[in-house]
Order: sequence, then C-alpha cells, then structure tokens
Amino acid sequence: MELSPFIIFVAAIFTSNILLTNFLGMCSFLSVSKEVESSLGLGFAVVFVMTLTSAINYVVYHYILVPLDIIYLQYIIFIIVIAAFVQLTEMVVERFSPLLYYSLGIFLPLITVNCAILGVSLFMIIRQYTFLQSVAFGAGAGLGWLLAILALAGIRQKIKDKYIPQGLVGAGISLITTGIMALAFVGFSGVVVIQ
Amino acid sequence: MTKKEIFITSAFTENSVWKQILGICSALAVTNLLMNSLVMGLGVIFTLALSGFTISVIRDFIPKRVRMMVQTLIIASYVIIVDLFLKAYYPEISKSLGPYVGLIITNCIIMGRAEAFAGKNSPLDSMIDGIGAGIGYTIVLLVIAFIRELFGFGTLFGFRVLGDWWTKWSIMVMAPSAFFMLAILIWFINSKTDQKKG
Repeated sequence: MELSPFIIFVAAIFTSNILLTNFLGMCSFLSVSKEVESSLGLGFAVVFVMTLTSAINYVVYHYILVPLDIIYLQYIIFIIVIAAFVQLTEMVVERFSPLLYYSLGIFLPLITVNCAILGVSLFMIIRQYTFLQSVAFGAGAGLGWLLAILALAGIRQKIKDKYIPQGLVGAGISLITTGIMALAFVGFSGVVVIQ
Repeated sequence: MTKKEIFITSAFTENSVWKQILGICSALAVTNLLMNSLVMGLGVIFTLALSGFTISVIRDFIPKRVRMMVQTLIIASYVIIVDLFLKAYYPEISKSLGPYVGLIITNCIIMGRAEAFAGKNSPLDSMIDGIGAGIGYTIVLLVIAFIRELFGFGTLFGFRVLGDWWTKWSIMVMAPSAFFMLAILIWFINSKTDQKKG
C-alpha cells in the first residue's frame, strides 16, 4: 500500500511519535528538558538533522549499499553519515550564525548519539519507504520529537517548586509525566495509522 | 579496586539504568516480552564487554579529537556481529526486535562506559566493567518485562501462566506503561537506597 508522504508526515508527529511510541531519543529528552528555551533550540536542530540525514541515508542505502551488496554495513555507514552531517551543521552554524551556535552549545554534537536520528534511518529502510516518504517521515519524526520535548519542558518548569515524593525527584517524575503524555497521545491513534 | 568490586559497582551500586538514567530507550521499547528483553540484554552484554576490551587495548593510539568517532565505529562493528548472528539463527526474534538491535550502537550506556571506564583502565578490567554494566541493564529489562508480559499477555517467555480467566491488561503492552513501570522501579530503588543511608 502506497502511503502519501503527507500522511506519513502527520502520523510521524502524532500517532507514531518517535519518542512516545518508539522510545527513541530518551537520553537527551530527559537531560535537556529543564527549560523551554534550550529544548526549543535542540528540538529544531534535531528536526534539521533528522530530515536531511534521512534523505542522505536513503540515497546512500539505495544507490551505494544495495548495488554493491554490502547492506550489512548499513549501521556503520549510517552512523558515519550522521556524525559527519552533525559536524558539518556545527561548522555552518558557527560560521553564519555565531549567536545560535553559542545558544545551542554542547547540544549540537550530542545529536550524533541521539538514537532517534539513527532510528529514523533504520525505520525507513525496514518500512521500505520511497525517497519522498522517507524525507516526510524524517521531518515528521523530528517535529514530533520537538513537540514532546517542548511539552515536557513546559510541564517541568511548572512543577519545579511543587512537592514531589523524595524518590521520584528528577528522572522519576519526568518519566511519569512522559507516561501521561504518551497516554494522551494514544488518543490520536485512530486518526492515521502507519505500522 | 578488585575485579569483584568493579563488577558489583558497575552492575548494582552505579547501575546505568536506575542511577544514571542511561540507555533507557531500548529498556522501554523491548520490554513487552521477556524473550525480547533477554536477547536484547545478551546483545548489550556482548557489545559492552568486547567494545570495552577493544577500546581499552587501543586507547593509547586513538587521537583525542576523533575519539568518539573511533569508539562509535568499534561499537558498531560488534553490533553488526550481534545483528548478523540473530538474523542467521533467530530470525523471528530479530524481526520482532526490529531496528532496536542496530540501535545498541547509540545506546548511551556503551558510550558512557567507554568514556568513563575503558579509556582509563586495563583491558581485562574494562571487560569486567562492561559485563557488569550489561548485567545490571539486563536485570532491569527482565524485571520490567516480567511485569509487562505477565499482566499484558498473561504469559511468561511465551508460556501461559495465567489461565483463560485472566483479562489481559492491554495498557501493559502499550507504550505508556513502559514509562510508568520504569518510573516506579526507579522510585522503589531510590527510596530503598535512601533508607539504607539514613
């Protein structure tokens, strides 16, 4: 069945949110979500990197790895593409917008080890998407991640001074909050379905 | 530190999942079935032990600037071995784990142990540290999976444990329960260890 890229895009944001249903990119999600501003910066960087690496990895996979019959090298090749791309993004941002560069700080290089980025590339291969579908999926997954981290950051700022049971302070309460968010997102699940 | 202390520290007292909140993507994703969690745990133990060993052996030859890249490549090579092994001998499990085997590469525990331990210690110690951290991770996975599979499907390792009278809690199979279970586990362990201190 051929899904239109637009449907995949919408589904990747809401119904199959990469963080809330596939649990990808949890580490930076939990550690960077203390403030709305920094999560917004990181979120946009993720959207950007995810969209473009899914495009590049699609081309690399279908025009280099498949013809040469070295599919088993996909993990190594994908991670190299992602690392190189993040490095490139860092240099471009530093050159043209130093202000943004300093506000993102350490978060940019950290994107390399964000499993959501590699996850998107692997999902697009497993689900046999076409080029446009892959790009739409990458952009949607990135926006979905941005949405989730923004929501969590907002909630965390609100509950900062509230009473939280001792053992739950920090990661515990963030996980419970995320769980409730995931529960809310289950409500979208009837809208559009991709795997 | 003796070898035993290294093992205990990395597996329990400094457990990556509940103390440092690392590597929880896969801890959440594969824990709806015990079998998947066990296979995932073994894969992580294998990768952690050998990548720790390898990185420690060649640590003096890696230039500081490209250290992360080299480490990632070493980890990726071992993950490819795990992936090919599963595809060849356990295609069913490989299929149901989906991309999560490949995502062992970006599992922060492995990078974390490489940075914090293997970069400074002897190869054998790094290997023990890796096995310890991997076992600590596997225990967390199995505990969560035990509860989720038991209540979600009424089975354990695919065997029917609860009879036909059992109404499956489909929430346990779905994503939100994974977040709740991990949070409760962290809560439980934190309050237990705090009591000991006080």
